[in-house]
Amino acid sequence: MLDKNQIAQRIAKEVKNGYYVNLGIGIPTLVANFVRNDIDVDFQSENGVLGMGPFPFEGEEDPDLINAGKQTITALPGASFFDSSMSFAMIRGQHMDLTILGAMEVAQNGDIANWKIPGKMVKGMGGAMDLVASADNIIVAMMHTNKAGASKLLKKCSLPLTGVNCVKKVVTNLAVMVIEDNCFKLLERAPGVSVEEIKVATEGDLIVEGNIPEMQI
Amino acid sequence: MITKTVENVQAACEGVKDDMTFMLGGFGLSGIPENCIAQLVKLNVKGVTCISNNAGVDDFGLGLLLQKHQIKKMISSYVGENAEFERQMLSGELEVELIPQGTLAHRCKAAQGGIPAFYTPAGYGTEIAEGKESREFNGKMHILENAFKADFAFIKAWKGDTVGNLIFNGSARNFNPNMCGAATITVAEVEQLLPAGELDPNEIHIPGIFVQRIFKGENYEKRIENLTVRKRD
Repeated sequence: MLDKNQIAQRIAKEVKNGYYVNLGIGIPTLVANFVRNDIDVDFQSENGVLGMGPFPFEGEEDPDLINAGKQTITALPGASFFDSSMSFAMIRGQHMDLTILGAMEVAQNGDIANWKIPGKMVKGMGGAMDLVASADNIIVAMMHTNKAGASKLLKKCSLPLTGVNCVKKVVTNLAVMVIEDNCFKLLERAPGVSVEEIKVATEGDLIVEGNIPEMQI
Repeated sequence: MITKTVENVQAACEGVKDDMTFMLGGFGLSGIPENCIAQLVKLNVKGVTCISNNAGVDDFGLGLLLQKHQIKKMISSYVGENAEFERQMLSGELEVELIPQGTLAHRCKAAQGGIPAFYTPAGYGTEIAEGKESREFNGKMHILENAFKADFAFIKAWKGDTVGNLIFNGSARNFNPNMCGAATITVAEVEQLLPAGELDPNEIHIPGIFVQRIFKGENYEKRIENLTVRKRD
């Protein structure tokens, strides 16, 4: 079974040379730590930065330079700043190569729910609805089950949706899956996790074809 | 050239009244019009609708207006960590409309550029699409969103000149340029106010035509919401 850092590490392998990437808050943010340093990748922050760098050194923080999580950041050589409308033009216009975000639920038709739990304080969708509606390469990073042990990979989402038919790939602490023909198709297992365990933890329809290899991270 | 300079924040906010709709630039606490927010608190206008990506924190930004119960409705994409906001929202005192961030930006931009409405895929199939027209383009579903209408836009820029041209700094740019000219009156507060001719026309982000009033702001606090640093090796 993977921890959050290992999920990020596995997803980092999906980041290819020349990609413009948008990372959501939570596990997705960790992906940046594991991207190979021999490839060129630009990270976008939807509040208006392309070419986002690491956190600043102590004392070098700039209140005019933050990421979408309101954390202080730096800009790498070659970075650019722009307004919010242009930022979402990059997103809606499908100029981003990869979007990685977290989720509360994913359904086997690619629906995603990650912004609202009825009865709880709702903070808002931020840029998530724009991202999922437009990106053509979306990877969801999440735990396979919730804290109560219930599957987060469902036939149909029970929570209010963020977007429909949009998720292509899901990486969890147990497995890597793609969404195909209205099913979750199992591609890889986490080290030490059996196909049977993944079946039990997946409420949606799971396709298992042939021998499922262990993830290499 | 047409001068837009006003003496101070009092003059900049002249005409602000109860029940108006305001646009306020900023993302989190970065690039917010601190001087104008302080003046709105002082003027104690009530029943206002605020179009702003976020709602500040308890004791800064729009949180200052919330403390004094001046806001009737917030239109935002993310309202984050703000206990007073939560209390007023749950008690029904504060109306909140949450909309996707890109839609928020483009509803400002549409108002700025005279586009009454536009189609976007964001939110199709979700509860925010309820009651909205939807239509298929190139095999994909979209929903119709309207341009905002606002009485004042309060903008924070880094540099400006006496004719209202603006330049922003870093990610403090965010929604500010999209809100310029998107309301009946656009008020810009700047850290540096220069004579016309001092800014290179090639480097101006927002031309002065979109700005009605400009003044030099004072005592910027520029509070950092989530200070994150790394140690030196």
